[in-house]
Amino acid sequence: MERGGAAPDRVYLDYAGFAPVDPRVLAVMRPFLEAGIGNPSAPHSLGSEARESLEAARAKVARLVGGSGPGVIFTSGATEANNLAIRGVGMRASAGPRHVIATAVEHISVLNACRDLEKAGAAVTLLPVDGEGCVNPDEVRRALRPETALVSIGAACVEIGTTQPLTDIARITRAAGVPLHVDAVGALGRMALAADAMGFDLVTLSSNDLYGPPGAGALWVRPGLKILPQMLGGGQEGGYRSGTENLPALVGLGVAAELMRAEAAHGEPARLAALRDRLVEGLVGAISDCRLTGSRSARLPQHVSLVLRGAKADSVLLDLDLCGVAASSGSACAQRTGAPSHVLRAIGCSPQEMEGSLCFTMGRWSTIAEVDAVLERLPPIVARLRALGLPAPR
Amino acid sequence: MAAEPKVLIPDKDIDCIGLFCPMPIVKTREAIHGMRPGELLAMLSDDPASDADMRSWCQGTGHELVEVTREGGVYRFLVRKTR
Repeated sequence: MERGGAAPDRVYLDYAGFAPVDPRVLAVMRPFLEAGIGNPSAPHSLGSEARESLEAARAKVARLVGGSGPGVIFTSGATEANNLAIRGVGMRASAGPRHVIATAVEHISVLNACRDLEKAGAAVTLLPVDGEGCVNPDEVRRALRPETALVSIGAACVEIGTTQPLTDIARITRAAGVPLHVDAVGALGRMALAADAMGFDLVTLSSNDLYGPPGAGALWVRPGLKILPQMLGGGQEGGYRSGTENLPALVGLGVAAELMRAEAAHGEPARLAALRDRLVEGLVGAISDCRLTGSRSARLPQHVSLVLRGAKADSVLLDLDLCGVAASSGSACAQRTGAPSHVLRAIGCSPQEMEGSLCFTMGRWSTIAEVDAVLERLPPIVARLRALGLPAPR
Repeated sequence: MAAEPKVLIPDKDIDCIGLFCPMPIVKTREAIHGMRPGELLAMLSDDPASDADMRSWCQGTGHELVEVTREGGVYRFLVRKTR
């Protein structure tokens, strides 16, 4: 799938929104869709084959997370895994939900699960972040209470690319004996993360984030940590997530995890970081009143996010799309509501900047030619829109 | 002379109980879209984030947040469509 040096017709830089499924993953999934090896609970030989395949996928996912195999609970994706982690731990806490800590820049599935606990009587502390979206570990320490049931902090903010100081945070939560949940979407395979070695207690991952099929994910739970199931039924996944497993997708997720691990060991994060830096430097140099959001140094290697003044994101994205470039504004929620994104609010962006938020996320098939196509096509679009001063389409 | 207590009668009501961000705002936006300038929309929400979200959305869009009341865990927002 490597593209040549010529300007590509289609440039895809919205991997955080959806990643193409790796053809090697797809090839492994096919027989599971076509040959009746479907239900790991079935009593026949195809069922036992399904069970073995499911357990092999579980071991592969655990290896990527850096934790023990039995800790993996397969889910329908990261949103469900985040719900299971937060509501599962929060509601299991003795005397009902009491206190949970997250940050102001978490994914909406984390924030809304926390708000659900809040409605059930828990106290929720949303930690502030600095202007780059980074949480100070001392803030975690100060927010801890005797009744704190869980701390939930994403490895990286997928809207602005900033990674969090998890080693320091985990040291604090372990010393306090409070479980730490890490939503590792965007970060697994791109930065050093190891649940056991770093002291995480729950880890969320998404299959599609690893170039696996959409509609699958997992929550890794440290063995011994008790959670309450959120999906009730026939007791699949050790009783913590009922419903017949989506075996083709989970087998795909296993292969995707294995490929991600191999790729991380062979320089893919550095290749992506070089593309990222080329794009950032080129855009910030060519467009006035344009700056990187999030951290420059503590940043996902595949992530570029910008705010620009005087041009609205939806107009820019529309024009980019017309010239073959798929990108995003970083926040699907903000796009749906017309309200400013909670992440950009938390890092103190001005209202004008929030309207001009752009996000380019790269992946396994991103090329220098694609980056150069954006460097060539975006500056004139911004210049034209600024000259017109037109309002964004509604 | 004491002013008559003003009772504001909404032209439209929407119930977003049980929904979380962004849905109360999404549904408010949809409802406002079908109304005429000057009309009032009442929206009920029990999402703890909806107070901050509604204020921020009204500020951004220019619609007037006429009244916010809270009873138990339920907010009632009264929004006047301005344009």
